[in-house]
This record gives sequence, structure tokens and C-alpha cells, in this order.
Amino acid sequence: MSSTDVAVKSRGMRPTDITDPDYFHKVVDCQWACPAHTPVPEYIRLIAQGRYTDAYMLNWESNVFPGILGRTCDRPCEPACRRGRLEDKPVAICRLKRVAADFRGDVSGLMPKIPKKKNGKCIALLGAGPASLTVARDLMPLGYTCVLFEKDPRGGGLMRTNIPSFRLPEKVINEEVDMILGMGVEARFGHEVTSLKAVLDEGFDGVFVGTGAPRGKDLEIPGREEAARNIHIGIDWLTSIAFEHVKKIGKRVVVIGGGNTAMDCCRSAIRLGGKDVRVTVRSPRADMKASDWEIEDAEREGIPIFDNHQPSEFIVENGKLAGVKFARMSAEYDKDGRRKLIPTGEEVVFECDDVLMAIGQDNAFPWIERDIGLEFGEWEMPIVDKTTMMSTRPGVFFGGDAGWGPENIIWAVAHGHQAAISIDLHCSGQSLTASRPAPGTSLVSQKMGMHEWSYANDYSEDSRVAVPHVATKKSLKNLKVEVELGYDVELALEEAERCLNCDVQTVFVRNLCIECDACVDICPVDCINFTANGEEQELRQSLRVPAANAEQDLYISDQLKTGRIMAKDEDLCLHCGLCAERCPTGAWDMQKFTYVERQANPVGQVNCMAYIS
Amino acid sequence: MTYMKKPNVRHPGLRKNDLGLTRRDYEGLVSTLCAGCGHDSISAAIIEACFELDLPAHRLAKLSGIGCSSKTPTYFLNRSHGFNSVHGRMPSIATGANLANRDLIYLGVSGDGDTASIGLGQFCHAMRRRVNMIYIVENNGTYGLTKGQFSATSDRVSKSKKGEANLFEAIDLCTLAIHLGAGFVARGFSGDKGHLVPLIKAAFRYNGFAFIDIVSPCVTFNDHEDSTKSYDYVRAHNEAMDRLDLVPEREEITAHTEEGQTTTVRMHDGSLMRLHKLDDNYDPCDSESALTTLRKRYAKGQVVTGLLHIDNTDADLHELLGTTKQPLNAVPMGDLCPGNAELAKINKSLR
Ligand SMILES: Cc1cc2nc3c(=O)[nH]c(=O)nc-3n(C[C@H](O)[C@H](O)[C@H](O)COP(=O)(O)OP(=O)(O)OC[C@H]3O[C@@H](n4cnc5c(N)ncnc54)[C@H](O)[C@@H]3O)c2cc1C
Ligand SMILES: Cc1ncc(C[n+]2csc(CCOP(=O)(O)OP(=O)(O)O)c2C)c(N)n1
Ligand code: SF4
Ligand code: SF4
Ligand code: SF4
Ligand SMILES: [Mg+2]
Repeated sequence: MSSTDVAVKSRGMRPTDITDPDYFHKVVDCQWACPAHTPVPEYIRLIAQGRYTDAYMLNWESNVFPGILGRTCDRPCEPACRRGRLEDKPVAICRLKRVAADFRGDVSGLMPKIPKKKNGKCIALLGAGPASLTVARDLMPLGYTCVLFEKDPRGGGLMRTNIPSFRLPEKVINEEVDMILGMGVEARFGHEVTSLKAVLDEGFDGVFVGTGAPRGKDLEIPGREEAARNIHIGIDWLTSIAFEHVKKIGKRVVVIGGGNTAMDCCRSAIRLGGKDVRVTVRSPRADMKASDWEIEDAEREGIPIFDNHQPSEFIVENGKLAGVKFARMSAEYDKDGRRKLIPTGEEVVFECDDVLMAIGQDNAFPWIERDIGLEFGEWEMPIVDKTTMMSTRPGVFFGGDAGWGPENIIWAVAHGHQAAISIDLHCSGQSLTASRPAPGTSLVSQKMGMHEWSYANDYSEDSRVAVPHVATKKSLKNLKVEVELGYDVELALEEAERCLNCDVQTVFVRNLCIECDACVDICPVDCINFTANGEEQELRQSLRVPAANAEQDLYISDQLKTGRIMAKDEDLCLHCGLCAERCPTGAWDMQKFTYVERQANPVGQVNCMAYIS
Repeated sequence: MTYMKKPNVRHPGLRKNDLGLTRRDYEGLVSTLCAGCGHDSISAAIIEACFELDLPAHRLAKLSGIGCSSKTPTYFLNRSHGFNSVHGRMPSIATGANLANRDLIYLGVSGDGDTASIGLGQFCHAMRRRVNMIYIVENNGTYGLTKGQFSATSDRVSKSKKGEANLFEAIDLCTLAIHLGAGFVARGFSGDKGHLVPLIKAAFRYNGFAFIDIVSPCVTFNDHEDSTKSYDYVRAHNEAMDRLDLVPEREEITAHTEEGQTTTVRMHDGSLMRLHKLDDNYDPCDSESALTTLRKRYAKGQVVTGLLHIDNTDADLHELLGTTKQPLNAVPMGDLCPGNAELAKINKSLR
């Protein structure tokens, strides 16, 4: 044994168990971060191949609303994307999803078949938002009868009533909502549920509550009542626009709030006649809740944001709203980093004709009786199990914004899938936990020949491709003009090539390795190490480049001939396959890991199954 | 061999040296050698050593002959000068280049065929002349490029991949180098970079002829069971004599002091080299002791690695010849070529 091969240590990290479905799943950062676990790199490859319909269906099976989400998703996948850690911008995962929707062919023939003979079980779905619609989509192919109760005249929930059409055209909502309603869902539109007890009395086999968080928060400060005519609750105001009850607004508009609703309100306001539209937030700008891209879009349209402005009074003149008085604030942080907003003593008045209040949403369940065995916990929220989605009353399930407060569409979809699994288990008398189906996984070599891989493994050095926009002048004139044009085929291809194919895993076979170091030397990002084992912290520090990102795992092998171990930092691996190309013995191989999230309706997951085989 | 180019993208956390360069800035083209070739590991070790020593790549010249080993300068230091000479003739090119420009750092890379067969005479004379350079032999015991013939460093007990016996004794290049007065003689193993990189760094710091024989398995022709230059054989028989540390600070300390198991050697540029000996019975400063150790251990079938011999008291070629202190390209034209009148004077003085 040579001098530097430090004595074999028995202590140290244990070899990685790559048969644990979570291990490689976690390496696929985007899919791991997606609440519905959409197989992102797979659909991006399909787009690169021009197989838009396949890419669409793969998405549809996971996330139900690819066209809608491709325009509006909160995209938790993007901040997680590995590419964003290599350079500053992640892959435009979300806008590539839109490409699949924009260029797809007719998918009607690809929809799951709905059995003519029903299974005799009848499920009530309350509210027609994305959560309930997902449950319907998963249960209809299994023969369930689904009855949908919705107070509005049409389905889609906040996607239809609150997301403005310049971000999400009505046609896209109609298409994707109708795909589900077209499965034979019995929809009772215009039917507001006023008593859960009454619904339960109808004798359903299961009830899913997907009524969202429908109440916009209000601000009780002086002048509120007197100026009521010109003070609008943001989400109600947006709903009125969607149903064309509101078509204009005053010239000077003050928006109160710094979240995404505020961004939609201000951008709607300048399209409905607002000339001087301002957004005001209490907190410093850096703490604003709105997504960066939504803030960017508002600013591109010339809307100023005033931070550290806390409203203190609505100023009323001649019985009418004349302005809003603000106290200027400054943020101070205590030693635990907790923020405190302290008034500076300075006051300002913004004169205005209308105020849009966008300071958050609350859940409200006045229609749920408190004596039916359904318990409520803190903040008047129902107690719901995070895994099964079931409330304390067996057979009643919650999901989406109704379950845990306002979130987003993709979480509503993910909850819907889980609730559908539980409803199906509940209706067949099985355990909601022990009998939950496992996710489907597979791991298949991608080697096609000496230097040939089934995927495009060369690294694209291009920066993120910007999505083309309609001229601002044109879009500001008409609320219905969609601002983003979406990628064309060429731009989409360029962006798709930026994806690193993180699902194509580096798989190490210890007993084939002769410790020649070829893989260490070729790896462009210095992931691979042959080193003495040690405790995780110590090992992370000792690598060629210290593994500073603790959220990313180390792939550890058992002991090699020299007593050392192989330790690979998964953090920045390009999945380029150079290690596998250089390895003389095939100790490294590139293998595609597929992960198909569990759903109630595996028979319907045709494309996912094709992808797994 | 890899067709794909190694992308430029780097780990953002990659360490920078004093020149603000990362290890990747010392790389060359992607190797076209067989995947797993020991020579590629040596290239990586050279890259690492140059990076750690903060060497300015444009002050370095890579010289080589012919062979897989001699191809490798393409795969490292692509910002350096280079000369790929004829088979076995690298020492002459190095000698000439060094005489013309004494300011560059000369790194010769050769193979066991290139050095111990066709180039043996050239090799000996470069050592005799104490050319200030590093001379690395990437020793795989075979002619890799011409598909696996025995070389002059193949051990007699070694067999070819097809099982043919080797009829001749091996030339041990380290023994030869010590005999011929090389002042820095070391042996490394491509499969142990932790040991090899400090050796290469020390060689860069040495003034004079620094020779490193690096055992470097040929995965294609000489990595089989009956080979004494395979990964498995060398790992099983490797006997490291020492562990080296380079200490950059100029500490006031005598040329070489014995302090128990550690020998400290002051290098030409003032840096210190600490040699932690793993074997008491030899003294790297004493060539006789080094030769005895090599012979005894070889007889036991061991592959001795480490800094086997060091003597930094002798002058190099320039000092011996009393040449000008400036590289020739910096000598003014009038001095370099003083003209016919001067020539006539010299000729006259010789008549
Ligand atoms: C202005 C705004 C913009 C947003 N933009 C985005 C975005 O870009 N991307 C994103 O991912 N998310 C966005 N969201 C959040 C997203 O719309 C919601 O998180 C999501 O729609 C929640 O889905 P859900 O199915 O739980 O409920 P909802 O979509 O709220 O649907 C609930 C449905 O139930 C109905 N209902 C409620 N009570 C009753 C009752 N008693 N009887 C009958 N029917 C009832 C409602 O009418 C509604 O149709 C936005 C939200 C707002 C307010
Ligand atoms: C003058 C001359 N004679 C013979 C050859 C054929 N030849 C090319 S490389 C080589 C041997 C190389 O062996 P080595 O130096 O050990 O290099 P390796 O490929 O093993 O690294 C020979 C004999 C040649 N190129 N030129
Ligand atoms: S590079 Fe591609 S596969 Fe990797 S995390 Fe980003 S989108 Fe996902
Ligand atoms: S695939 Fe292999 S060579 Fe490429 S970055 Fe990952 S570990 Fe390094
Ligand atoms: S290239 Fe292959 S054999 Fe060589 S060290 Fe890497 S895994 Fe081991
Ligand atoms: Mg050779």
C-alpha cells in the first residue's frame, strides 16, 4: 500500500443505497422540487425531439394543466434547477412546458377511457378549482361518479376568476378544464354549498373539499367605511373583471400589498384606464412576497413600487375617497434576524380615485357545521392529515388552498392526486397509509455504443433564452392580449439544450474500478474523488472542491482495493457522461432514472409508463 | 478516447492560485489516449503541480519525443511552449533550447521506449551535462504506440499480454541516472497522485537535471496478470520511501540536516523540501546508499518509489560552461553577433 492511502478507516460514511427511490430522485432537482413530481428532463428531451404531443401528455399525466401551468406556474422547480447553481439562470422549465402545450397535436384520442360501467361509488367535489378537478381526473377513469358543486357559472376556480387573461387566455383554461369535465363529471355550476351536512346527507361515498381560500383580507383603518365605494378587495375585483362585471377603474389607483395578487391588480388597473397606478408595500422591497418575475413584469409596464409604506388612513373628501395616508417605515432586525417595522415618523399622502386591497386571503368555512365530527384547529382551519388529505371525519378530504391556506396551482394538483388515492382506498375499505401505492421507478443504461449515448450529453454554453413579448403599448390597450408570446420552435430547442438531463444518473460499480483516476481528471466540475472515508462534515471539506452545499448528497461507495472510497458530490454534476466515457472498465455508467409519482389511476398513466420502460 | 470536448464550465468553488488561475487553466486538449492510461494521470499530476506552484504557463517549454507518453504534452499546459521531436531525440532539443534561453522552465516528457531504447545515448548525455530540466519517463514497460512490444524497462519476469516471455534484463533508469550523476532522482506511480504531485513540485524547484521515472500502467497492452507494470502489481509491491512536503518560506537553515526521520533540503530558489523518510536504512543524500537500497529492494520484487537521491551542490550546464546570464534573445544583436572584424580577431588569435 502506498504512503498516501491513509489507513483504512472503519468509521465514516456508509455506502449510498441507490436502490432507495429517493436517492436518485433527489438528484433530479427539478422533479424533486415539483410538488407533482413532473418528469421535467424527460419532457424537455421530448420537446427537443419535436415530440410536442408526447411532451404534453407526459405533463398532463403529472400536473393535469400543462397549458395553464406553462404560463402561470409558481415553478418551485426553477430555483431548484442545477443549472442555476452553475451559472446564474436556471432552465426555463415552465416556459418549455408551454411549448409542449402550444405545439401539441390533438390529444382527444389520448385521453384515458372512461368505463361505461360505473363502479357504483359516488364522490362529491366541492369547488371547481384545480384541486377538485385533479381528483375528478384521477377518479373518473376508475369508474367513479363525480359530482362537482361550484358557486360560479364556470369551472377553473381562481385560475379563471383571478389570474388575468393577459397572463392566461381563457381559451387555454377552457381546453384543459373541459378535458376533465368531458370525462362525464356531473357539474352543478351556480350551486353554492351552504351546508356540508346537507351534502353529506346526500349519501356520497366520499367528499372532497376544494373550495379554496375565498376571502380577501380587509384593512380596518379610519375612512374605510366612508370610502367603501372606491375601495376594492383585490381578488373580488379581479373576479368581477373575469366575469366582465367591471370594465374600468379611476385614473389614479393605489394598490396596497406586495404579493402576486398586487401585481395582477396593478397590471389589470393600467389596462382598465388607470394612468397613475402605484403599488405600495409596508415592508422593504427585498421582502416582497411576489415572485421576482411578476415584479419584473409590472415594472416593465411602468408601474412604480413604493416600499416601506404602511397605510394609516383613507382620506375622504366630500364623502368620497381622495387618497391614502401612509406612515413611512423602516425595517430593523433583532439579533435573531427577526424583522420589526418601525415608523420613521414621516407621513405621505397619495391622492387617488380607487384603492385595490391585495393583502392576502383567508380561508372561511361558515358553511361547515362544527358538530359533524370534523375538527378545526388553529386559525379556524380544519385538521387534515398531510399524507392522506383526510379530515378527522372519515370520508371527508381536503386539498388545495382549502387544506392549508393559499398556495398555488401545482400544490393544489399535488394535493388532488393524493386525495384521489385516499378516496379510492377509502371506498374499497383499505388502509389509507399502509396500502398507499409506491412510486414507480426504473434505472436503465443509456449507452448505445463506444461513445454514443441515448441523450444529448454535450454541454450547451448558451444563457437562458428570454421569452418574446408583445409590444407593451399594444398589450396595455387590451386586457385580453397575452403579454408573453412564448418560445417559437427554434428558441425552444435552444433553451431545451440547456437542460443537463439530471435524470441520467452516474452509477458507480465499485468492484469494476481499478482506481486509475481517469474519471477524476476528466470531470469538468470536479465532482469525483477517491479519498479516505470520514465523517460527513470532514469528508465534505476534504474533497477536491469542498462540498459546501449540504442540501446535495454525497454518493459514497464501499471500500476500494486501496482502502479508499469513491465520493461524488452530486451538487454540480453536469450529467455529461465524460466519466463513463473515460472509464476503461465501465465502472461508471449513465443510467436513466425514471420516477413516476404514485397516483390513484396508474392505468391512466400511459405516457409515464411508456417513459419508464 | 473521448470524442466529446471537455466543456469550459467550471465548478464556481474551484480554488485559485496566486496568479488568479484555477487548475483548469493549466489543462490542454482532451487526451486521445486509451481511457484509463496511466499517462493521463501523470498529465493531471503535472497540471496539479504547476497550479500549486503558481507557475506562469508561458514561461514553460514542454519537450517530447515519440510515443503515447510523448504525445501527452498536448494534454496539459496549452498556454506553454512545446516541441514534439523525433523518436529518442528530445534530450538534444532540450539541451539546445536550454542553452539558447536559460530563463524558461524545461519539462521533458518521454517514454521507456523513447528513453531506454532509441534515446538511451541522448538521455545519458543530457544527465552527464547536467542540463537544467525536468525529465519525466512515463514508464509502462512497453511500446504502447506501436502496439505492445517489450521495452528495455520490462522486467525479465514479466510476460507479454499474449503470454510470451521476456528474454532480457531490464534497464533500471533510476540506477542509471544516479550512476551518471543526476542530482535529483525519483520514482513515482501514476496511480498515487498524492505521492506523485509533491515529487513533481520538488523537481520543478530543483536546479539541474531532475529525473522522475513514473510507473504508468498501459491499460491496453500491459495491465494483465503477468505484468509487473499493472495497476494491481504496482499497488501490491509499491514501497514508498518517503513523503515529501514543499515549504515555500525561506527559512534560514543549513543544506540538509537530519532530524530523526525528517530530512530538510534547501532548494535553489530558497524553498525548503521536507522529506519524511519511511525507511531508516537509506540516505537520499548519499548515492551509494540509494543504489544499495534500489538493488536490494528490486531483488525482493519491490517497486521502490520516492525521492531516491538528491544532491543540490553541483553546478548545472550553464554554470559549468560559464555562459552568458541572459537568454540569447535578450542579448543585443551587436554582442550576439559582433561582426566580421571580431571574427577575424578570434581567428587570428587561434593561428
Ligand atoms: C390574483 C391571484 C393570482 C394568482 N396567480 C397564480 C399564478 O400565477 N400561479 C399559481 O400557481 N397560482 C396563482 N394563484 C393561486 C392559485 O390560483 C390558487 O392557489 C389555486 O387556484 C388553488 O386551487 P384550489 O383548487 O384549491 O382552489 P380555487 O382555485 O380557489 O377554487 C375554489 C373554487 O371553489 C369555489 N367555492 C368556494 N366556496 C364554495 C362554496 N361554498 N360552494 C361552491 N363553490 C365554492 C370557488 O368559486 C372556486 O371556484 C393566484 C391567486 C390569486 C388570488
Ligand atoms: C526513428 C523511429 N523508430 C521507430 C519508431 C516507431 N516507434 C514509435 S513509438 C515507439 C516506441 C514508443 O515507446 P515508449 O517511448 O515507451 O512510449 P509509449 O507509447 O509506451 O508511451 C516506436 C518504436 C519511430 N516513430 N521512429
Ligand atoms: S438542468 Fe434540467 S434536469 Fe437538471 S435540474 Fe435543471 S431542468 Fe432539471
Ligand atoms: S457526468 Fe461524470 S464527468 Fe460529467 S460532471 Fe458528472 S461526474 Fe463529472
Ligand atoms: S475511470 Fe473507472 S476505473 Fe478509473 S478510477 Fe474512475 S471509475 Fe475507477
Ligand atoms: Mg512505453
